[in-house]
Amino acid sequence: MSKLRLLVGTRKGAWTISTDSERSKWQIEGPMHLGAVVSHYVADPRIPGVQMMSVGSGHLGPSVFVSKDFGSSWSEATTPPAFSVEPNGVERSVDHVFWLTPGHVSEPDTWYAGTSPQGLFKSVDGGDTWQEVLGFNHHPDFFEWRGGDKDGTPDGPKLHSVIVDHSDKEHLLLGMSGGGIFESFDAGATWSALNSGVAMDFYPPKEDGSEYEFGHDPHCLIMHPQDANRLYHQNHCGLYALDRSTGKRWTRIGDNMPKEVGDIGFPIVAHPRDPNTIWVFPMDGSGQWPRTSPAGRPAVYCSRDGGASFIRQAKGFPEQQAWWTVKRQSMAVDGMDSLGVYLGTSNGQLWGSVDAGENWQPIAMDLPQIFSIEVEVSP
Amino acid sequence: MIRVFLPSQLDDYTSGQRELSVELASGSSLADVIAALEERYKGLAFRVVDEHGRIRRHIAMFVGEVMVRDLSVPVAPNDRVQIVGALSGG
Repeated sequence: MSKLRLLVGTRKGAWTISTDSERSKWQIEGPMHLGAVVSHYVADPRIPGVQMMSVGSGHLGPSVFVSKDFGSSWSEATTPPAFSVEPNGVERSVDHVFWLTPGHVSEPDTWYAGTSPQGLFKSVDGGDTWQEVLGFNHHPDFFEWRGGDKDGTPDGPKLHSVIVDHSDKEHLLLGMSGGGIFESFDAGATWSALNSGVAMDFYPPKEDGSEYEFGHDPHCLIMHPQDANRLYHQNHCGLYALDRSTGKRWTRIGDNMPKEVGDIGFPIVAHPRDPNTIWVFPMDGSGQWPRTSPAGRPAVYCSRDGGASFIRQAKGFPEQQAWWTVKRQSMAVDGMDSLGVYLGTSNGQLWGSVDAGENWQPIAMDLPQIFSIEVEVSP
Repeated sequence: MIRVFLPSQLDDYTSGQRELSVELASGSSLADVIAALEERYKGLAFRVVDEHGRIRRHIAMFVGEVMVRDLSVPVAPNDRVQIVGALSGG
């Protein structure tokens, strides 16, 4: 039996939560880096024991820490992600590292990082030193893509959802909040937008009726781990799917969500063995955009047919007066035969289901605000 | 000798030491103080000064009783340099 742990990044540090073979008992261990803002805490699926953590602070500049012993000890990057002077003379400064992605399985020392303000960085030495992906950060259209620094979340613009295609190590995708989805087929040297079909209702419609090529606000983008053609993304303006074997335009599968719930949210996860099965956690994106569970009734919505229909999964969650938000890195699946699905909330609760979302149990209830959950499976 | 006082946010880098001294040649600047700290405590500088040499937004630095925002400020022997985590957050 493999050992399963949840890696939890929070606004006040990081924790791990271990479980037994039945996933019935959970052991919380930590904190690590208490007081630091941990936007993302990731296990390396290529090398057992390697973990990486983005560490920020209300005061100090950003950094990245690496562990090679399952989080028992940590080393700080000697050269954390940092911007050079832009070709237009702008001197941007990394505020925090928001996203971490292990590289392709054939490149075990490669990692990617997305930052706020938005930038893409790469390490080829296991996270010790980081370099800008200049094809992206210094792209001549970069400042047009992203808009201004106001075009992001209240906590700043985020570069997120960095994806390395498992079938092609040169193929990278990422999401810009705001800016849209972009991809590269040459390991980051050149980039193109991938936003056709995606709504952008926070901008006026173009007078000629055409679509905006970029400027969108994807919240979370995923590629199915077995089928690189199958993409999904949760956007500020709805929930979308794209099957690249049949077309190039995103389809708003969120139109198939219950109208009273809507299709706004942050996270989206897929079943690791079934490209048609996904889970989302909708939030209230109406009126003042409270970004809470719609009507205070938290629920996961699952589609088993690629988004043609959705079922509500809420057994175990509070039935009313629970005003959670689940951030974009705060939902994960574990890959077990009876699939585990996990989510962390804005009020520090971690919930899990070991039957693919049918029933939910509280795992931890009193952590700080949860920013990320990742699963570590080790021998 | 310049005396340097660090905030608690940085004491992971200094094994808990928050009062240090730095020997610098005359004509040195606050940037030289930071460089001397970095020489001794690898990684500390980037946490308080960004990649373009600017003091980070939520860090304050004092030379004597004067708060400064520019690392080019001269420091003299017997100056007191204090780095502070600004009162912010929650």
